[in-house]
Amino acid sequence: MIPMNRKTNDPVPCNELALKIKLDFPLLSREMAGKKLVYLDSTATTQKPQVVLDAELKYYQETNANVHRGLYTLAEDATTQYEQARMKVAEFIGAQYEEVIFTSGTTSSINMAARLLEPLVKEGDEIVITIMEHHSNFLPWQQLAKRKKCVLKIIPITKEYGLDMAAAQKIITSKTKIVACTYVSNVLGTINAVGEVIEMAKRVGAYTLIDGAQAVPHMMLEVKKLGCDFLAFSGHKMCGPTGIGVLYGKRELLEKLEPVVFGGEMVKEATLHTLSWNELPWKFEAGTPNIAGAIALGTAVAYIQEIFTLQMQEHLGDLTKYALAEMQTLPGLQIIGPRGEEMEKGEKIERIGVISFTMDCAHPHDIAEILNSHGVCIRAGHHCAMPLHTTLAIPATARVSFYVYNTKEDVDALMRGLRRVVEVFA
Amino acid sequence: MDSEMYQENILDHYKHPRHKGALMRCTVQHHELNPVCGDMLTFYLQIEDGMIKDISFAGHGCAISQASASLLAEYLYQKPVTLLEELKPEMIYSLLGIEISPGRVKCALLSFVTVTKALGEYGNSEQHRRVEAKI
Ligand SMILES: Cc1ncc(COP(=O)(O)O)c(C=O)c1O
Repeated sequence: MIPMNRKTNDPVPCNELALKIKLDFPLLSREMAGKKLVYLDSTATTQKPQVVLDAELKYYQETNANVHRGLYTLAEDATTQYEQARMKVAEFIGAQYEEVIFTSGTTSSINMAARLLEPLVKEGDEIVITIMEHHSNFLPWQQLAKRKKCVLKIIPITKEYGLDMAAAQKIITSKTKIVACTYVSNVLGTINAVGEVIEMAKRVGAYTLIDGAQAVPHMMLEVKKLGCDFLAFSGHKMCGPTGIGVLYGKRELLEKLEPVVFGGEMVKEATLHTLSWNELPWKFEAGTPNIAGAIALGTAVAYIQEIFTLQMQEHLGDLTKYALAEMQTLPGLQIIGPRGEEMEKGEKIERIGVISFTMDCAHPHDIAEILNSHGVCIRAGHHCAMPLHTTLAIPATARVSFYVYNTKEDVDALMRGLRRVVEVFA
Repeated sequence: MDSEMYQENILDHYKHPRHKGALMRCTVQHHELNPVCGDMLTFYLQIEDGMIKDISFAGHGCAISQASASLLAEYLYQKPVTLLEELKPEMIYSLLGIEISPGRVKCALLSFVTVTKALGEYGNSEQHRRVEAKI
């Protein structure tokens, strides 16, 4: 995320480009409630560009066959396309090809990682997570701790909605065996200093998992630089289809771990009572995978890579800054997350375009309902992060989130809706 | 146009709730939570000689859940307990007087669930079961 540093008074200088990008997404041209649809819930799932929809359809129309099984050309083509998609994803995150395991999404990736690490922890060991985790990076560890009688420890956040690194220093000790942490909070928008967290974990020999569900779609991230053992993310939050995701695992570690799901594909040789596993990464991909999904994810990755060369990360930063400034002009509106002052100062932007907020006059549900009647889609609730909301003592928040197709006009529509909320409820 | 939901009546009950606050001398109280939206409601009932002598609620939540609690409290105030026994979700909808979208049913009915469970705690378990079957 690069701070805006352009000689212009235009708060959103790349808007024209974003308007063009929007045309790639057929759904975004539809109407809602008699108004132009304004989609501000990309943190939940992004919309899909036509190229991704085409890729999925084309696979079923022209190449559909099971992978790794048939000797006929069609099956070979399907296998090639599936494995090429893996290659694209690996390249995108700076991983080796064998380190990319296709799953159905972040949740299944993290659950798998927890099961894979299960034999490596014992009673009394400590598992460290943070209070800002999505349930999907909270509950698998909570349950692992319960099964193995480990102690679950939780890194708190600071008043500025960042990870409390001083507390992390104290919590991560020689007893720590696993550290699982999100790169970017899906509620606060905070970008965490995960590099430091990983360093702390490494110093004590703990395994690390980074929840990249919100980070991978927003930043060019390189797993080798990060140094984590696992990285989990979902295709549907980065222009890909639902039902496909990735678990990256460090090769040396994956080689020594034993699979936890058994069936076709993961096996090299099976006898009546024994089996030997297949090579990486297939040893962790039992059963027929989501072939079409993986291929479409490959296309989505290529699409995002191209978009990123078009200053879209800067655009999202500008849009976030613009939205934060506009929203804070409304009386009684509180931003639950970094407020963007650091952006004003031209410092490194440490948040992405996920903005949770509350309004004194109205409950998040009612905010979302009014906005909906204006064609604006936003989320309201606890966003699958109940422990965080409990800690903040806020039962629910409203949340807007941006992606590459969002424009200044979308923020303006949001503001019209929010002003209407104030009129109705204040 | 705004959502049809926020009619004057709803907003009035949301902004100026009737019978809000804990009852000092209540016969029974019950607390319910709608975990999806974080809405919370407690109903307090003072029941004497088969009459709901006094009723109140406390809690917080969206306009629909809070207006529905206020309207229901007003409706039940100083009425026979039998009225409460016969309460159905349809009654809540008609008190609210608006279309409730599927996403807001839980909000609208939180008051109904709370008050009927309060009655269940007060009355015998037989009554309680009948109420549960209605939800
Ligand atoms: C930070 C974070 N982690 C995990 C998830 C879960 O992703 P999925 O539902 O695709 O498995 C999400 C999705 O909302 C998320 O934002």
